[in-house]
Amino acid sequence: MSSQSGGYYLPEPSRWPIVGSIGLFFLAFGAVLTMNSVSGGWYVVLVGAIVMTYMLFGWFGTVIGESESGKYNKQVDVSFRWSMSWFIFSEVMFFAAFFGALYYMRVLSVPWLSDAETGSLLWDGFVAGWPTDGPGVDSKFTPMGAWGLPAINTALLLTSGVTITVAHWALKEGKRALLNWFMFLTIALGVLFLGLQVLEYVHGYRDLGLTLESGAYGATFYMLTGFHGFHVTLGTIMLIVIWLRGVRGHFKPEAHFGFEGVAWYWHFVDVVWLGLFIFVYWL
Amino acid sequence: MEAVHDHSHDHHVPTGIMRYVTTTNHKDIGSMYLWFSFAMFLVGGVMALVIRAELFQPGLQVVEPEFFNQMTTLHGLIMVFGAIMPAFVGFANWQIPMMIGAPDMAFPRMNNWSFWLLPPAGILLMGSLLAPGGAGGVGWTMYAPLTIQQGMGMDMMIFAIHILGMSSIMGSINIITTILNMRAPGMTMMKMPLFVWTWLITAYLLVASMPVLAGAVTMTLTDRHFGTHFFNAAGGGDPVLYQHIFWFFGHPEVYIIAIPAFGVISEVIPTFSRKPLFGYPSMVYATASIAILSFLVWAHHMYTVGMPVEAQLYYMFATMLIAIPTGVKVFNWVATMWKGSMSFETPMLFAQGFLFLFTIGGFTGLVLAVTPIDIQLHDTYYVVAHFHYVMVAGALFAAFAGVYYWLPKWIGKMYDERLGKIHFWLSLIFFNITFFVQHFLGLAGMPRRIPDYALQFADWNMVSSIGAFGFGLSQVFFLYILLKAIRSGEKAPEQPWDGATTLEWTHLPTPAPYHSFETPPDLRN
Amino acid sequence: MTVFTTIQSTLGGSMKSSFGLRALGIIMAFLPTMATAEWNLNFTPSVTLLGEEIHAIHNLVMWIIVGISIVVFGAMFWSILKHRKSVGHKASNFHENTTIEIIWTVIPVVILIAMAFPATRLLLATRDSSASDMTIKATGYQWRWGYEYLDEGLKFYSTLATPRDQIDGGAEKEETYLLEVDNKVVVPVGKKVRILTTSNDVIHAWSVPGLAVKQDAIPGFIRDIAFKAETIGTYRGQCYELCGKEHGFMPIVVEVVSEEDYQTWMQAKLAESGAPSFDPDKEYAVAELVAAGEQVYNANCIACHQEGGLGMPPTFPAIKGGKIATGSMEGHLDIILNGSDKNPMMAAWGPILSDYDIAAVIAYQRNEINSSGDIIQPSEISAARAD
Ligand code: HEA
Ligand code: HEA
Ligand code: HEC
Ligand code: CUA
Ligand SMILES: [Cu+2]
Repeated sequence: MSSQSGGYYLPEPSRWPIVGSIGLFFLAFGAVLTMNSVSGGWYVVLVGAIVMTYMLFGWFGTVIGESESGKYNKQVDVSFRWSMSWFIFSEVMFFAAFFGALYYMRVLSVPWLSDAETGSLLWDGFVAGWPTDGPGVDSKFTPMGAWGLPAINTALLLTSGVTITVAHWALKEGKRALLNWFMFLTIALGVLFLGLQVLEYVHGYRDLGLTLESGAYGATFYMLTGFHGFHVTLGTIMLIVIWLRGVRGHFKPEAHFGFEGVAWYWHFVDVVWLGLFIFVYWL
Repeated sequence: MEAVHDHSHDHHVPTGIMRYVTTTNHKDIGSMYLWFSFAMFLVGGVMALVIRAELFQPGLQVVEPEFFNQMTTLHGLIMVFGAIMPAFVGFANWQIPMMIGAPDMAFPRMNNWSFWLLPPAGILLMGSLLAPGGAGGVGWTMYAPLTIQQGMGMDMMIFAIHILGMSSIMGSINIITTILNMRAPGMTMMKMPLFVWTWLITAYLLVASMPVLAGAVTMTLTDRHFGTHFFNAAGGGDPVLYQHIFWFFGHPEVYIIAIPAFGVISEVIPTFSRKPLFGYPSMVYATASIAILSFLVWAHHMYTVGMPVEAQLYYMFATMLIAIPTGVKVFNWVATMWKGSMSFETPMLFAQGFLFLFTIGGFTGLVLAVTPIDIQLHDTYYVVAHFHYVMVAGALFAAFAGVYYWLPKWIGKMYDERLGKIHFWLSLIFFNITFFVQHFLGLAGMPRRIPDYALQFADWNMVSSIGAFGFGLSQVFFLYILLKAIRSGEKAPEQPWDGATTLEWTHLPTPAPYHSFETPPDLRN
Repeated sequence: MTVFTTIQSTLGGSMKSSFGLRALGIIMAFLPTMATAEWNLNFTPSVTLLGEEIHAIHNLVMWIIVGISIVVFGAMFWSILKHRKSVGHKASNFHENTTIEIIWTVIPVVILIAMAFPATRLLLATRDSSASDMTIKATGYQWRWGYEYLDEGLKFYSTLATPRDQIDGGAEKEETYLLEVDNKVVVPVGKKVRILTTSNDVIHAWSVPGLAVKQDAIPGFIRDIAFKAETIGTYRGQCYELCGKEHGFMPIVVEVVSEEDYQTWMQAKLAESGAPSFDPDKEYAVAELVAAGEQVYNANCIACHQEGGLGMPPTFPAIKGGKIATGSMEGHLDIILNGSDKNPMMAAWGPILSDYDIAAVIAYQRNEINSSGDIIQPSEISAARAD
């Protein structure tokens, strides 16, 4: 397990973490103010966002610099692999909470609401079913069909999973041009996906009467797809960074964890989408 | 393997406060965690004293009911997330690299961030008291839909929890990676000190459960501000859904608090018994079983929500099962002491206090696990007594044991043994005065989270409040002992404890140098 | 203050004694201060058979625990005493014994299984609410209970009756301090009563220890429990789920009476609730309404809007000078009848208060707290309800 050539890289003291903490504090506090309609809240959010962006550029810049100057040995590489796997595991658990909520409402609480005394004494006339906005919300929405935009989006994401794999293969074979093109393709698919997702939301809000406030269905629909969309956005930004690094000639056929980490993340986002497609849109 | 430092010019290292703000050294970060946690313990403790002062006598004397609720809430949150968890992360930072022969944590910069996320979270948490309407007065469990009614303070608490969650997840990933990837050659998994094992398992619990809590409070946030109906029956949601999600996190959380404590105790008892830990493999398996089981029992906190009786039965059986691996641990500790050659310095005293009182707390947990009994005891002071036994006499005593045990290694000086013993006995006595009597209150039916109570509860409450102030003062005394040791403690011998066998004692000088194990020790035979 | 002087004299008087004695002394000093001293050590006695069984199983579990404790702590203290360095004990070096490890895994399993059987049986019995003789719906409100006898159609609210000055320390506390309500739940003895719980706002919990029942009241859902009281008497409980600031102040009182007494009570109650206690067509005078309104206000509104209508901004707005409370009569009536759209804390009081009570509390707010000088008559309120 120990590496023979060189030692484990230990960084010098760094100011990025504290910058990040300050940025995050402003972001969070600004969000609180904004949500409570305190004037000026947006500015606090903005300050937080700027500080965070600065931190992310600085921190990742440092890491990329260290990586390219060959400071990371095999063992560091293994550390990155472990940490990325566990990070993705934590993301899985985050989505699990929302999938769990969907399951609970659909299978348990909505049926209970039309069952026994709960139905007869409190919600007379409510008939359980799915999709629903519940017995007390009257939003008259139409559910989102699975075979329009969502199906196209599924195809897009699955294809992007293939293109990034091709890019990875190209990187390992040292075919840099192919790598760059397929990265570009992957990004384009991601952006397209996001665009369609926005269209879908517009469609939902404008034509279907389906909003965040449409009871159990609206809440789970928008929260699950929304958080997924947010992750796709993050993933796309990461892809762009990796693409630009590829264009600049970063990564070696035998050492390119930065690339692989992003690819893992992208596959994770892909798998979550499959879950969404099945449980939110289709079934 | 040899650790390299960026330019190895140590004179580039910032000094003064900036040393701590920017540090990437696991020992600095460990110390910051420990001090932060102790400060939070005092803050949370003062809140407990507000609670106990109000409950000293029937009637409303000291605070308004909603402020009382805010105190209860913040006391719970601060003690759990601000005091106990960071304390053990502090131990992890100091000890894990030294115990496995690593130069530092796997990601020193991220390590720094994990710590420095705590102050913003702390500011949001305590700052919520200053928000219009005050902090959320909802209990640390933050049940919906009471949370929907709160003011801006509630949002500050929600974001504080998000930030704490990020900190815990990053810290845990760091710990897992360090343990899996940075062990010295020959330090196989089954040779790792038990403290390291317990942290590996705890970190797994954290990574798996903190995101779920983040999900729960996010849903609360959107229910509050964006019109979702997760916890509102009108929209097809259910307030009880919140409880399921919260306790899916919450139950593992209580073992997140307990398991590192088990780790400390598993180091202290063998050392002072001068005998190897009994049943090392079964300790590892037992801890792992506790961790796995802890994800399968969450609804034992919800026996009175009216879930189907089949579900109640399942949760009752599953919960009772946890007594078995925990029992194995208790038996192993006793067997380690058996036919040892024990001495009772302060760390060992606290370990014995832990063993005795934690087991009692475990027993009352078992009483609560039996559903028909819990229906009588749920949300009464019996539950409060139960969890203070496992968390104060359990986790907190273990943390004391750990501090006394490793202090010589950390600062190279000894604490005053006589004062340490006094600290132990005061804590032990006042702890029991405070919390033992709460069992009686709970049995008699006193609800928790109330600022005022019926006359039949007056006597034991008075006793409990007296105990609480005594216990609090004993902890101020602990601060004095610490400061005395740091300022004018006797120089610690190289080997203050003759029974210690882990790497930090056998392979490093006392005090441990700033950079230890730049070249890993070879333990292959 | 006597308490503190007691502490001082105790501390002063026992300076010479050891610390332990002194601590004990402090505790003992409080014993006589409580005239009603009840050093309860165990459950409230139960008047239901299931309650007794719960106590029995608790005793069983406790004895098992005592047994295990004797073994575990016995071994622990034995080794602490005998295997210590200071008595010259030399450490052995054993650290493994598969046989004993199997034994101490299997024995707890057996013990737990032995506990699980009676626990399962009892749990099933406590959850059985079928074949009940009567059904009462209990609805939690912030902060009172609303009851509805579903078979008879009787409805009433039950609010804390302990006067505020006892809570604030102005008056001596009576024996049923915090455990007294204006309208008790009355049930016949020996009948299986099924309670349906639900809530109007947040989660509450309906529990009476003496009847061995506890059930959360969850908004939007109905849950149930049942009990059969075997003995006539009054049994007191409280709300057990944190429900906001007055969580400690929403007691439950159940009076178990004979079948005849129950019928008499029911008839009286029905008659009372059928005929309004006020004359719906009468023109009431300001003074009368204000006086009645003060009572209504103190019983229902003071918890949030505080004495004199000062409120606790920003959580609870002041009535004194409040925009709505000094604005148009329509707006004022609307927020009381239908509650606030913006803040669920301000509940709809229409279903809870009678026309007369609403007229009275409005008169009180507009003439005593504020001085707009106008009033509204109960008849106008029933008209407002109609549309
Ligand atoms: C460190 C934290 C910690 C630990 C370790 C535990 C351990 C246990 N807890 Fe506890 N618990 C809490 C912290 C903890 N708990 C908290 C904070 C709450 C309240 C939260 C809130 O509502 O705010 C709570 C509440 C709580 C409840 C809900 C009560 C209620 O609200 O109504 C229940 C019910 O089942 C329970 C059960 C248990 C059990 C069975 C164990 C078991 O793990 C104990 C196992 C140990 C032993 C049994 C002793 C040793 C064993 C032997 C010597 C072997 C032989 C024994 C037998 C065969 C009996 N706990
Ligand atoms: C590990 C966690 C932990 C720890 C260490 C503690 C420590 C203490 N707890 Fe806490 N407690 C919880 C976790 C913890 N608690 C949780 C999770 C809840 C549930 C919250 C909820 O219901 O939502 C709770 C609830 C709780 C309640 C019930 C409140 C209610 O239901 O309304 C009470 C009441 O007695 C209490 C008391 C105490 C006391 C007296 C201490 C003492 O040990 C504290 C001792 C420390 C000090 C006192 C500080 C040091 C002293 C000074 C700084 C100087 C000043 C001193 C003097 C003047 C004497 N706690
Ligand atoms: C649980 C707490 C609570 C109780 C009890 C309560 N209120 Fe309110 N009340 C509120 C809150 C919160 C508001 C603010 C509503 C809003 O912002 O729309 C309010 C607003 C009002 C207002 C408008 C104040 C103004 O002028 O802006 C009036 C009038 C009022 N309540 C009357 C009453 C009366 C009469 C009662 C008793 C019968 C009562 N309230 C009981 C919480 C309460
Ligand atoms: Cu109602 Cu607590
Ligand atoms: Cu639990």
